[in-house]
Amino acid sequence: MEIATKKLLLEFMVTTQAKRKRKNIFANLVLSILAILAVSPLVAILGFLISKGIGALSWEFLTSLPAPYGESGGGMGHSIVGTFILVLFASLLGIPVGFGAGIFLAESSKESRFASIVRLCAEMLAGVPSIVVGLFAYFVAVLPFGGFSAFAGGFALSVIMIPVIARTSEEILRLVPVHVREAGLALGLPRWQVVMRIVLRGSRKGLFTAVLLAVARASGETAPLLFTALNSRLWSFSATQPISSLPVQIYTYATSPSEEWHQQAWGGALLLVLLVLGMSLFARFLFSGKKYGT
Amino acid sequence: MEHNGSYSGHNGSYSSHNGHVSLVGHGDNFESQTILESKDLDAWFGSHHVVKSVSLHFFSRTVSAIIGPSGCGKSTFLRCLNRMHEEIPGARAKGVVNFQGKNIYDMFSEPANVRRHIGMVFQKPNPFPAMSIFENVIIGLKLAGVKKGYVLNDIAEACLKQVGLWDEVKDKLSAPGLSLSGGQQQRLCIARALAMAPEVILMDEPTSALDPISTARIEELLVELKKTVSIVIVTHNMQQAARISDTTAFLLSGDLVEFGRTGEIFTNPRKSETERYITGRFG
Ligand SMILES: Nc1ncnc2c1ncn2[C@@H]1O[C@H](COP(=O)(O)OP(=O)(O)OP(=O)(O)O)[C@@H](O)[C@H]1O
Ligand SMILES: [Mg+2]
Repeated sequence: MEIATKKLLLEFMVTTQAKRKRKNIFANLVLSILAILAVSPLVAILGFLISKGIGALSWEFLTSLPAPYGESGGGMGHSIVGTFILVLFASLLGIPVGFGAGIFLAESSKESRFASIVRLCAEMLAGVPSIVVGLFAYFVAVLPFGGFSAFAGGFALSVIMIPVIARTSEEILRLVPVHVREAGLALGLPRWQVVMRIVLRGSRKGLFTAVLLAVARASGETAPLLFTALNSRLWSFSATQPISSLPVQIYTYATSPSEEWHQQAWGGALLLVLLVLGMSLFARFLFSGKKYGT
Repeated sequence: MEHNGSYSGHNGSYSSHNGHVSLVGHGDNFESQTILESKDLDAWFGSHHVVKSVSLHFFSRTVSAIIGPSGCGKSTFLRCLNRMHEEIPGARAKGVVNFQGKNIYDMFSEPANVRRHIGMVFQKPNPFPAMSIFENVIIGLKLAGVKKGYVLNDIAEACLKQVGLWDEVKDKLSAPGLSLSGGQQQRLCIARALAMAPEVILMDEPTSALDPISTARIEELLVELKKTVSIVIVTHNMQQAARISDTTAFLLSGDLVEFGRTGEIFTNPRKSETERYITGRFG
């Protein structure tokens, strides 16, 4: 090659390189801004909730019943307890079924048609709008039993939890190295024992994470509870009576005309978000390494 | 082993069998009672024919080595001997494997039951995660229904002593099994297999992931163990096979090329392929 052409080529490369560099910087900048935009609602929501809701939070708020309309004070104690009871019912139903499905999916072979149908259904169930889940629960758990109840609310929430637990636990169990299963089988243990007593044991933390995520998801749901657990202004510990919950109570207060109740709604919302975020963060902390057996 | 038969007595499900087979050749006079034999054993991964009509026997209280170049089907063959092969999706085996005279592939035979009698140690040490040293040794028995604490304690101690690990771990039995060194983990895995009181233990390159000192310890251990349990070992290490085994089988692309007493195979092989392999000219 001629020296002159070589020089030209070199110059060309240098200028295109500089151009490319500028383009890179620009693209990075744009993407960073978009990324910040994507997470800014979280910051805004938290900031907003804290500024509006922190004033409402008090010992009275956490422990007492709502004050009669027009009077000040009172709290959401019954909704906090209600949310715990609803989530408890939902867990009693949803954890065994969700784990069962997750274990089944993880243990079935990749080619199994039945398993892929189940997996697809779980995915679709996870995508069903929660208001529809509420309607469904209304027809199967409210109408036949003659009324709104905590049980029906728990049932509706369990339908939300099941696909979350099933898919997460399947993924976690698939992380288990083959050699763990083989070591168990080589001891002459039947397959179900190897899975239930050895494989699951190494995945304890991950499975707990799956439950936490599902519980976090369920405890924030409003729509499935609107026509199942309904709401209540009283302490309730009964499975067959309507029961209050944080999301529904927030909804009720927020749509009321009372300024006092708006305040309470903000407090409830802050509490609910702290609860759900706390659980998600804890779950993340537990399962940060995604390593099996720790 | 002292505890053999003292708990669940799971030794009664196979009839004993006295198939005396004499080997061609000479050497020391080890007991020539067949405990395990394959007859026309074939194995596949999908349509890939990996083990081709292999007939081989293994004797009671001996160490039997299986050697051959990488990919020749040693592991696959070994895993057919306790029905672990079929656990891999798409894998299948055909033929007869007699254990104490009974075919483990016949329709009444339970893979889990077969593996109680024919244990396995893997290439990579694989203690159970999230279990202590103690639990690793006794979990098999515990899940098999042995509940009494003192029985489990005794067996754990006996097995850990047998593999020479007791003195190293007796003060930290509740430490995680995975906290041990590689060599210790492998001995823990052998103890775990021994706890089920198997008649045969299959070992797939049990020392290939270990340092020379750990390897030497395991080799000594195997020679000691063969007094009570028969050992079939796959190895890539010719010196190892020569040092510790009584019989050697040489496999080449799924075919059995030669089988005989280890001394014979290494000093006076009958087939030229065997000679070329053991002298390191291919494989
Ligand atoms: N899980 C598997 N799926 C499909 N094919 C396999 C699988 N495992 C082994 N094979 C194939 O079967 C053949 C025999 O493999 P095998 O592991 O028995 O050989 P090997 O003699 O033990 O080799 P090495 O000395 O490397 O361990 C090889 O061709 C291998 O590619
Ligand atoms: Mg191998």
